[in-house]
Amino acid sequence: MIRFKIRLALILISASVLLLFGYISSPGQELEAPPEPLPAPPTNVVISDDPNDDGHTTIVSWQLSRDDGAGLNNVMAYEIFRSTSPEGEFLQVGVMGKGLDSYIDRGEKEKTRNGEPNPRYIGAGIDYYYKMRAKSTTGTYSEFSELVVGQAKNNWYHTGKTNIMIAVLIFSGLVIYFITAAKRGKELYVRPIAGIDAVDESIGRATEMGRPILFVLGTGTAADLATIAGYTILARVAKMTADYQTKVLVPVNEPVMLAVAQETVKSAYMEAGRPDMYDEQNIFYVTAMQFPFVAAVCGLMIREQTATNFYMGIFHAESLILAETGAITGAIQISGTDQLAQLPFFIAATDYTLIGEELYAASGYLSKEALLLGPVKAQDYAKVILLTLLGLAVITWSFGWGFFKSLISTIS
Amino acid sequence: MRKDLVWLFAGILFFGLLYLLNWGVKAISTDLLVWIGAFLTLAILSFLYQDNAFYKFAEHLFVGVSAAYWMCMGFWNTLVPNLIAKLHPPIVKGVLPAIAEKPPEYWYIIPAALGIMFLMRLSPKAPWISRWALAFIVGTTTGLNLVRYLRSDFLGQIKSTLIPVIVVENGSLSVGGSFSNIVIVVGVLCGLIYFFFSKEHKGLFGVASRVGIYILMITFGASFGYTVMARISLLVGRMRFLLGDWMGLLQ
Repeated sequence: MIRFKIRLALILISASVLLLFGYISSPGQELEAPPEPLPAPPTNVVISDDPNDDGHTTIVSWQLSRDDGAGLNNVMAYEIFRSTSPEGEFLQVGVMGKGLDSYIDRGEKEKTRNGEPNPRYIGAGIDYYYKMRAKSTTGTYSEFSELVVGQAKNNWYHTGKTNIMIAVLIFSGLVIYFITAAKRGKELYVRPIAGIDAVDESIGRATEMGRPILFVLGTGTAADLATIAGYTILARVAKMTADYQTKVLVPVNEPVMLAVAQETVKSAYMEAGRPDMYDEQNIFYVTAMQFPFVAAVCGLMIREQTATNFYMGIFHAESLILAETGAITGAIQISGTDQLAQLPFFIAATDYTLIGEELYAASGYLSKEALLLGPVKAQDYAKVILLTLLGLAVITWSFGWGFFKSLISTIS
Repeated sequence: MRKDLVWLFAGILFFGLLYLLNWGVKAISTDLLVWIGAFLTLAILSFLYQDNAFYKFAEHLFVGVSAAYWMCMGFWNTLVPNLIAKLHPPIVKGVLPAIAEKPPEYWYIIPAALGIMFLMRLSPKAPWISRWALAFIVGTTTGLNLVRYLRSDFLGQIKSTLIPVIVVENGSLSVGGSFSNIVIVVGVLCGLIYFFFSKEHKGLFGVASRVGIYILMITFGASFGYTVMARISLLVGRMRFLLGDWMGLLQ
């Protein structure tokens, strides 16, 4: 009996070993994994208009798939598709990660591209159809969500910028008030600005030496704010040179700037009662390229031996080249720019520098006209308000009270 | 002019000497364009000594070529695609086939008219017409720039200054962080006071203004050093061209 049992056990063990060997030695007979269940699609997809835009954006929001963070927990992302018709071709416009339940669909503003309709265009008042699906971690996709439709709208008022509107209204009110006050004869004080006080002296020096004056309006464009401030100072300089009968040379690098500079100088000469002195050839176009322009101006300084050089406007890498060449000729140099990177060079190499806003204020200071003085005063009062708010915001925020901080944050 | 000739001969002598000494000049460039570039570079650099005929030549060449280049660029990159192609697209079929198929946009007659008005400056009878175009260009561009400046300079600065002057890190006061923020806030406030024009800078106001200008000067000093380094790299670039590309002294 025992022998029989031993034999039976041996037979069973042998059979087991054979079965195991057979399983291992027969490749391709692996056990197939059961198909992975697909994730559930997102639900309740809603299309709404972006409330503060110009009609090229919609907001797509949805309820997360039940397999996102729960259930099968296999959702990796959501894909958003858009079309202009329910049966049309759907374009994938966005992908959002798991756990996110909205997408801002910023459409392009051009209707056509290279003569073809632009599929990424979104326009106001047009029906756009959306559908979505969830993508699983293994790359499979859920069914599409239900088709929904929505429109973008033009919004006339940006609700988040009410504070800016109030700030602009206050500033405009201040400008109007100070212009009106100046027109009524109220004297508006503007503190002396060293660089501007030196203008008269430098023109007088040029006259005594019998040498011309050079006025460079920079290498910006005719409508840059600093260039416009430069025109006002040019007008003042030109008027004085007309009085003193001194030549003023104005090389420019832009055709529009040439026209404005010629008009400015011409008006100044007429105002001074010396239109006969005006020579259009003294205000001339050189070239629009930066360094050839600089090469020509440097040559001009040396050859004409200008006694006074003014640099007023937008300047770039040429600032130090011009100022150093002017220094070599022994000219008095007065500069002014709002370009932060160039101010150090002007400060180092010229005699007087109008730093940033001093250049803008100089126009009002020089002309004493109500229209120019008013904004300078209004800016000062706006600065007082800003300083107060900024100081309050920083101090109160440091102690945990964020009212002023949030007030300023919405403006900026 | 005599000095110019002296410099010319000195230059020839210098390179002749290099050649005689056989000092690396064997590798000198044989490319004509490199030689022209080297000559023009040296001609411009000769201004460091004084104004001379070579500098004048290079300057006039530079100005003339660039003015002509910009005129061509202005015609082909601005007038052709932005005006001519808009008003009569088929005319640009040879150069801009993508635009040639588009329908004409006749409202571009307005900028065309403004351009013609601007050119009236050349007319001796009605140059005043150009002022209208000027006013339009300067006015609209200034208005657009104003918003850009307001956003980038003014509002950006306010945003960067909105920082707490008492910085707490990991539950305790950060002395370094607080000091840094105090310097920024005080710097901005004093800087703004310096740019206040309605009051004479005397007394406490004057002290704050002086602190403001000191901070500005420190900033400018740092900016000066930083920008000079960038300019030095331009000089290095030119020197590499002269010593490497041209003379072949650098490997």
